Amino acid sequence: MPTTTINGRDVTVDDEGFMTVYDEWDEETGKSLAAAIGIDMTDEHWKVVRFLREDFKAQGATPTIRRVSTAGGVDTKQLFTLFPKKPAKKMAYIAGLPKPAGCV
Amino acid sequence: MKKLLVLGGGTAGSMAANNLRRKLSASEWEITVVDADDNHRYQPGFLFMPFGTYKPNQVTKSRRKALNKDVPLVYGEIDKVLPEENAVLLTDGRRLDYDMLIIATGVSPRPDQTDGMQGDEWRKSVHEFYTYEGAVALAQALEKFDGGRLVINIVEMPIKCPVAPLEFAFLADSYFKDRGIRNKVEMTYVTPLPGAFTKPIAAEAFGNTLEEKGIAVEPDYMLMEVDNEKKALVSYDEREVPFDLLVTIPLNMGADFVARSGLGNEINLVPVDKFTQVSKQYDNIFALGDANDIPASKAGSVAHFEIDIFVENFLLYIAGKEMTHKFDGHANCFIETGGGKAMLIDFNYDYEPLPGKYPVAGIGPMSLLKQTRLNHMGKLAFKWVYWNILIPGRPMPVPALMSTAGKRTDLIESK
Repeated sequence: MPTTTINGRDVTVDDEGFMTVYDEWDEETGKSLAAAIGIDMTDEHWKVVRFLREDFKAQGATPTIRRVSTAGGVDTKQLFTLFPKKPAKKMAYIAGLPKPAGCV
Repeated sequence: MKKLLVLGGGTAGSMAANNLRRKLSASEWEITVVDADDNHRYQPGFLFMPFGTYKPNQVTKSRRKALNKDVPLVYGEIDKVLPEENAVLLTDGRRLDYDMLIIATGVSPRPDQTDGMQGDEWRKSVHEFYTYEGAVALAQALEKFDGGRLVINIVEMPIKCPVAPLEFAFLADSYFKDRGIRNKVEMTYVTPLPGAFTKPIAAEAFGNTLEEKGIAVEPDYMLMEVDNEKKALVSYDEREVPFDLLVTIPLNMGADFVARSGLGNEINLVPVDKFTQVSKQYDNIFALGDANDIPASKAGSVAHFEIDIFVENFLLYIAGKEMTHKFDGHANCFIETGGGKAMLIDFNYDYEPLPGKYPVAGIGPMSLLKQTRLNHMGKLAFKWVYWNILIPGRPMPVPALMSTAGKRTDLIESK
């Protein structure tokens, strides 16, 4: 696995730059990852990212857009506003979690 | 006499009931299954029905006959579980008490959860193949389809048999070629995931299969509604995908009684411990197969491996001992790739699908992540295995937990 440096710390990432080690992430790292894809983190962004982090810890999988909307309380339209074009991928990237995946 | 009640007499429920009936003493435990009807569908067969490979009468057997004769089958609709009272209410007012409860009512496609899906075009140009009725209707629609835009869509994960939409695309490509009209059909695969393939090593094995078959991919697509007038999919980010024939995989949800009983998550899946499948809320309730929320594929093979482990654990549990066996999320699926070939994948919670041989390391005879005729034969032969080995709960000569023996684990390291 390749590593990259964020805020002066080495973190493990996959080929596309998604972090792969849950505990290497903190909110400062999240902020830098967001900045790297042109997103300025607001409270609403944090609400989503924190839900993702907690849900991943409890479930062992990155939640789907539908789950963020129904269980996390931020509806799909709003997710598209907060994380334009590709919310599923972008929110996972910022939260330091694997992108949503199928089985192949 | 203690009572084990099993809700759902499909793949998981039948396997669990049959398996436990052999292992539990008939003088100590009564095992009862509840289901609405007597039609046990061989769901993997739904994929082949639209293409006429399986006729409707080849995918159904009697639930009653598929269950051990010493397991009573109660026909009825479930109203709700009363977990505080250890009882289940049926909609006709009957009440069934239990000491231990297994929820195995699976998931069902829910076209009602997407705006416009069940509009004027439903079962005309808007189809699905995840139900018996849907597969029958789609077979007729495909027969009449002489060309135009065929769109294959997944509304949202998780879905049962997550590779089925991809297989459908491959089989449709072959089917149109056989009919000599492939050049008249424009095919698009519309997915909420970042691509048709998301696991790096499997993606590499498939290479540009989709491109070669001329199937376009519309990734990161969150369906908002089906526009019946325009005959188009409309996403939340306002991408329109027009179709002449839509084959959608509607949102998959667990049974509504799970929600009414306060036992489900936002899509009515029962939250359980991912290693033992015991409910996170009640220690005398288990949820098996598609009905639970474990981060594994919703597939018959997962239910099979899961239940092998579950049975061992359950015997310990009712003896007051700790459940020492841990299910690893093992899945094992044949993927039809068209032209009489198929791939085989084998994976679990921790390992993505890798190349190698299965079930015997280095020998096979099946090849993992390779398109072979033998894998296709395996997929077809599986129907016999399902009815004669899996459902009766007879031992299958493959291990329940995934093995890395003979697999190219080095490919992960190099990533």
